[in-house]
Amino acid sequence: MNAPSSLAERAAQATPAPLARRVRGLSDRAIAWLFIAPTIVLLLAINIFPLIWTVRLSFTNFRANRPNAEVLGVGIDHYVNILTDPDIWGPMQATAHFLFWTITLQTLIGFGLAWLIDRKFRGHGFWTTVILIPMMLSPAVVGNFWAFLYQPQIGLFNYAVSFFTGIAPSSFEMLGSVKLAPWAIVVVDTWMWTPYVMLICLAGLRSIPDYIYEAAEVDRASPWRQFWSITLPMVLPFVMLAILFRGIENFKMFDLVNLLTNGGPGSTTEVVSITLKREAFEKWRTGYSSALAIILFVAVFGLANIYVKALNAVKNR
Amino acid sequence: MRSLLTKVPALSALALVAALVGCGKKEEPAAPAAASAAAPPAATTAAGKTITLCWAAWDPANALVELSKDFTAQTKVNMKFEFVPWPNFADRMLNELNSKGKLCDLIIGDSQWIGGSAESGHYVKLNEFFDKEGIKITDFAPATVTGYAEWPKGTPNYWALPAMGDALGWTYRKDWFAKPELQAEFKKKYKHDLAAPKTWTEFKQVAEFFSGRQIDGKKVYGTYLFTERGSEGITMGVSNVLHPFGFKYQDPNKPYAMDGFVNGPDAVKALEFYKSLYKCCTPPGLTNSYMGEGLDAFKSGQVAMMMNWFAFFPGLYKDPNVGGDKIGFFVNPSDKGKGSQLGGQGISVVSYSPNRAEALSYIKWFASPEVQKKWWALGGYSCHKAVLQDPGFKASAPFAAEFLDAMDQVVDFWAEPSYAQLLLAEQKRIHDFVVADKGSAKEALDGLVADWKKVFKEDGKLK
Repeated sequence: MNAPSSLAERAAQATPAPLARRVRGLSDRAIAWLFIAPTIVLLLAINIFPLIWTVRLSFTNFRANRPNAEVLGVGIDHYVNILTDPDIWGPMQATAHFLFWTITLQTLIGFGLAWLIDRKFRGHGFWTTVILIPMMLSPAVVGNFWAFLYQPQIGLFNYAVSFFTGIAPSSFEMLGSVKLAPWAIVVVDTWMWTPYVMLICLAGLRSIPDYIYEAAEVDRASPWRQFWSITLPMVLPFVMLAILFRGIENFKMFDLVNLLTNGGPGSTTEVVSITLKREAFEKWRTGYSSALAIILFVAVFGLANIYVKALNAVKNR
Repeated sequence: MRSLLTKVPALSALALVAALVGCGKKEEPAAPAAASAAAPPAATTAAGKTITLCWAAWDPANALVELSKDFTAQTKVNMKFEFVPWPNFADRMLNELNSKGKLCDLIIGDSQWIGGSAESGHYVKLNEFFDKEGIKITDFAPATVTGYAEWPKGTPNYWALPAMGDALGWTYRKDWFAKPELQAEFKKKYKHDLAAPKTWTEFKQVAEFFSGRQIDGKKVYGTYLFTERGSEGITMGVSNVLHPFGFKYQDPNKPYAMDGFVNGPDAVKALEFYKSLYKCCTPPGLTNSYMGEGLDAFKSGQVAMMMNWFAFFPGLYKDPNVGGDKIGFFVNPSDKGKGSQLGGQGISVVSYSPNRAEALSYIKWFASPEVQKKWWALGGYSCHKAVLQDPGFKASAPFAAEFLDAMDQVVDFWAEPSYAQLLLAEQKRIHDFVVADKGSAKEALDGLVADWKKVFKEDGKLK
């Protein structure tokens, strides 16, 4: 008998006879099902089922803290109440403000940093690591840390502003002022997550082959022209991907806002995730909060889909 | 494989349809919890067993650990403690109860939880146990029985034993008040002595007098007030002003009728007053501050007067820097009337506990007058009349007399099963007005009435 030549033949010979007999009777499709089944079961159990259960709860008056109360179907009442409640637009506006400014600043600064780091100057590896540090910290640490920095009497941030502007440090409160608090959380999120955008942009910049720039040089294209005609178009899909990731992440932002302002002062920085948490786990309006969660899910899912289509269009250009 | 991928959404859709079909129907209510009827306690306890007591992590909890050593010595039942920091206490413990967890055999839960915990079957009803063991609830201060043990309020249905009496009170820098130059300046300006204020008018004078002043080379402020937004802080703080000014939760003759009581002229005036105090006389940056931040501000010599719970005063009095003779205590000032926000908790047996007999034996032991006396001596606030009516009680601690006065005028927040919704609505409305300068006091309180009406309508208590 010849020695087995392929890996498949060797594997077949190494398979114990009883197992081989059992597997031999299965079709390719059945084996595919066999391999994929654990993943499908997990996906159904921890993703699909809770989602469906949430949809179901959103049509009831269920409250998790009242196990003995009768659960009644309320139709689409929760959806109607949420969409007609004037108070819900406050959190929506706070979320929109936070999203718009964090993404704008992170994209601009992140791209700028990536462009500088890509120059490959002396020590650029060290500076890349330094820039990445905020992203590696836990949001809980960053939240507490910045809450101290913003403290009007002992906080370094206020002292730094005072040093440069001459304004008394205790004369303004970053987290306590209605005007400044929304910007305070934007600053912290930008500080923490700009490195992430930078990293993705850097990957984009490094993926541009040098010969394209060399060809442009031969054609006497100016650096500005090279930037607009080569760098930006080729790195744009990466930038858009970074925007997508940060957009989804910041739409559900909870930890930093919770630690820095807890939605305050008043409800100034109450983003939708804080509202959702209050409705679900403080007021225990499980049915109502399920409806709110579904509305947010549909909004994010819909917007993300439109965005991904745009991203693909840019990539295929 | 493609057909496999098309089957997953199909399966999901099937499950979605099944779920939706189910929700149109009325579901069978869950079986009544074991706790809703008083289960007779087991006659004997098992020596060597361990029971867990859950409470907030604060000074009195340490005193309880010390006290409970006597229980273990007497019964051979070991005690384990689960103490959760205040900011997470309600979330953690209510999640535990709602999930029918077995972590806690005994729980010292907040007074507002009584309604929900009784109706949801989380707590064991203690009436039969009290009768059987000869524990007289009348041995405890009436305000604490109403506040910590009864549900529905005003009915003889007991779900807890009053464990830790507490109310919002005040501490002040007696050493600053005693400075002759400040005494003279204050008297010249306000025509009366600089002393612990008895009315809110006096309070504001003192607060304004100290604000911005340099004392011992440091800029100080008049007062510390609760402003915390997330849990209950600003509601507790503002209640101390609302009630003396004439605010009431509802028409005393018509339950849940709130118009004119919650948002009447007295309440509006009180809320404006609280905001004026916050604006004129509190240190900058305290826009979301509760008990801990207050203690920090006071201990670091930033404020002349601090609002806080009596429970912290024994520890504060022992503080090497600001304690002892440097500080004094006073009961919440009055205006049209009197009122202090009730704090404190009762101790309950968790109905899901597998160690109910041992937990009940702890309650029996804790209810005895001797244990209650030691509880007070260790730094816990006993609610037992044997302690409170003792002739030597007022002199037993520098804040004891003020504590007694406060307990005579306590008012508590709603203890309804929906208390959390009611509380968060007030947190939002008050914080929006006081800290975020949103709208007027009248608008804030009108909004609060609307929010509360919505909750009571959902609960079927208002039409």
